[in-house]
Amino acid sequence: MAARKLRILIAKPGLDGHDRGAKYIARALKDEGYEVIYTGIRQTPEAIAKTAIQEDADLVGLSLLSGAHLELFPRVVELLRENNAADILVFGGGVIPEADIPVLKAKGVKAVFTPGTPIQDVVAFIESVKT
Amino acid sequence: MSDLVRGIVSGETRAIARTISLIENGEARKEAVIDGLFAHTGRAAIVGITGPPGGGKSTLVDRLIERERRRQRRVAVIAVDPSSPFSGGALLGDRLRMQSHATDEGVFIRSMASRGHLGGIAEATGDVIKVLDAAGFDTIFIETIGVGQTEVEIIELSDLVLLVLVPGMGDEIQAMKAGVMEIGDLFVINKKDKPGADKLKAEVEYVLGIKYNGHPEAINPILMVSALNDEGVDELVHAADDYTATVTSSGQLEIRRRQRIAREMHKIFSKKVHEVMDVKIEFSKKIDAWVELIYSRTARPYELINQEMKSFLKEKS
Repeated sequence: MAARKLRILIAKPGLDGHDRGAKYIARALKDEGYEVIYTGIRQTPEAIAKTAIQEDADLVGLSLLSGAHLELFPRVVELLRENNAADILVFGGGVIPEADIPVLKAKGVKAVFTPGTPIQDVVAFIESVKT
Repeated sequence: MSDLVRGIVSGETRAIARTISLIENGEARKEAVIDGLFAHTGRAAIVGITGPPGGGKSTLVDRLIERERRRQRRVAVIAVDPSSPFSGGALLGDRLRMQSHATDEGVFIRSMASRGHLGGIAEATGDVIKVLDAAGFDTIFIETIGVGQTEVEIIELSDLVLLVLVPGMGDEIQAMKAGVMEIGDLFVINKKDKPGADKLKAEVEYVLGIKYNGHPEAINPILMVSALNDEGVDELVHAADDYTATVTSSGQLEIRRRQRIAREMHKIFSKKVHEVMDVKIEFSKKIDAWVELIYSRTARPYELINQEMKSFLKEKS
């Protein structure tokens, strides 16, 4: 019997094209044994939510460096809820000011990882919410 | 009818997506779900897209989705990428090229990791096709991994295979190798604007000319395309339609579908027999002892297994 594999969508909402962080996390999570779906830059929250549902993702990781995280991250959470997919958890990363993190968490973003976070912290988060 | 089956047949995305996961994970209830869906299958056109990595398969699929949508067809895509043999993880990036269709309700795209299965697809692919078929998608595209000459399994699952080749992959000797050149129904020479495209076309024609020596009418269509620049795609769609019409009226498609069923039944049967024998002979319990016997040369491999089989079969009779 094949084992259940966690599926993680890594997506970049918004307009910035700095995808190095997103690509790094995608590769690192692959090396940790997860199935990672990567959709590239400039995705709308609608496209991200639809993709997460089609891919039956367990988690969605959003990467953003443009400063629009307060708007775009919670929008993805909202769209998942509206589509009866609140069980798909959202986390985020990128250049996020410390002060914004509690705001994002209050709006349903489960975790926020800022630059320099060791990949093991991300893995620990994933394992803590899904096993 | 179970909730999942009802959800799939009425085209609910979540039900489709979750069922695909339970098939991939090999959950026991998948059998009931597939059987429950079975009466609703058999309507979709199943098109395989194969060819070397970097050949533009995903970009071509993106164009083909658009053409199918223009004629009001609902489209599903299964895009297979390899799992790492070391971590078991996978980076699934094919849909990157297809995201312009992400919010189209008539398009369903699913990335699939091979999970150790060889042959260019995943073990679950065949059953997942049934789910998408039952969900009412008119056309199902399957994009293979693209590692090369062993990707023959796609022919077992599809009604039509597009083999995507690109210039600069090697000389005609490569083209003559058994395997990948034999699985295409239509040959797509992608990146036709690149140097060497015409030469590649001539090489493919030459190889197919040898294969169909004396029957030039049987030679598969060869299409020159630039998926990226959206050139030659309409011609490809027309050629695919013509080809499908021909193999439908000649009865070849029916033969192919019957062969598919035979192979699938064989596969299920083998798996079931294997599972039963595994339990009866207590393989997992005995394997360690067998390893010792063989390692120390106190037993011989075929003799040992044959004795086990014999003693089991005797008990039965």
